[in-house]
Amino acid sequence: MAITGEHESLTGSQIGLSEADPRDYFELLKPRVMSLVVFTAFVGLIMAPGTIHPFFGAVAILCIAVGAGASGALNMWYDADIDAIMSRTARRPIPDGRVTRSEALIFGLVLSAFSVMTLGLLVNWVASALLAFTIFFYAVVYTMWLKRSTPQNIVIGGAAGAFPPMIGWASVTGSISWDSVVLFLIIFLWTPPHFWALALFKQTDYGNAGVPMMPNVAGVRSTQKQILAYALVTAFVGVLPYFMGFAGLAYGLLAAGLGIGFVWYAFQVYRMDADDKVMKPAKAMFGYSLIYLFGLFAMLLIDSALTRFGVWA
Amino acid sequence: MNELYELTPKQKKSRRRRSIAIAVVLVSLVVLFYVATIIKFGPAILARPL
Repeated sequence: MAITGEHESLTGSQIGLSEADPRDYFELLKPRVMSLVVFTAFVGLIMAPGTIHPFFGAVAILCIAVGAGASGALNMWYDADIDAIMSRTARRPIPDGRVTRSEALIFGLVLSAFSVMTLGLLVNWVASALLAFTIFFYAVVYTMWLKRSTPQNIVIGGAAGAFPPMIGWASVTGSISWDSVVLFLIIFLWTPPHFWALALFKQTDYGNAGVPMMPNVAGVRSTQKQILAYALVTAFVGVLPYFMGFAGLAYGLLAAGLGIGFVWYAFQVYRMDADDKVMKPAKAMFGYSLIYLFGLFAMLLIDSALTRFGVWA
Repeated sequence: MNELYELTPKQKKSRRRRSIAIAVVLVSLVVLFYVATIIKFGPAILARPL
């Protein structure tokens, strides 16, 4: 934009008029993270005992997705300074100059309010309160407080990503149960080894941005040990749905197999030379961790659906 | 001071797209709450003296 006048000549960016496209706003929602949130929330919703009208089930998933997206937008608003430094995040809408920080903040706040209120009004207030807490936990506890202050950032902050199956579950039952807590724990314990594998081969990026990730603070060796320890616990918790009786034998066998794989990949990271520049085992661990989590939840979904339709008891 | 603000074609295009997106979202919300009301109260909500 230009101001046409005798003494003034200002550019559009100086005036502050937006050139943002709806696609740029959509990018603020972190669609890839959102897809995992939608999937795990859907599994929680299907597994929960009881029934929900399909329309309200869809509304619950939509609200959880939008709420997760809103927390992503708030995260991008707050972290715009460090996003600009790291290669993985430098092309995000704010550091790329496509959306201003205040636009992202307002967008995140409006979506947060709408998703929480709609979930409460149309589904139930327990699920709504859990969604509100998740947004608060991710945007405030993780992004504003933990991320820049402690190497345990991802350990505690991982809770935010672990809540969606609990919210899906609560959308049906209106309550929290031990079964839904186990679903929460699977993602909660999976998060540190998943992100530390990434932090190992993106160490320089995090170091430049001043984010105290585990490898930068405690060193590569300590991170390798902790990845292995968390992988062992995750693999154990991964089979709990079978032993607690809310998933069948097929799930138990798959979870055990995938869990062994998870520990094996973690062991390869553990054996990796701390000075390794390429960090192939860490990259493989990162990739496998996504398959592991997707595999577990996909099997929980199949198992639950087949049990419900009476294909197996 | 009187100033004339002339939007660049890019700004006009992006503003139009944002406006359409907001309209679509608002209409979707209206439809969502309308359908939710019908489902919650049942079709009997329509059978009332006018």
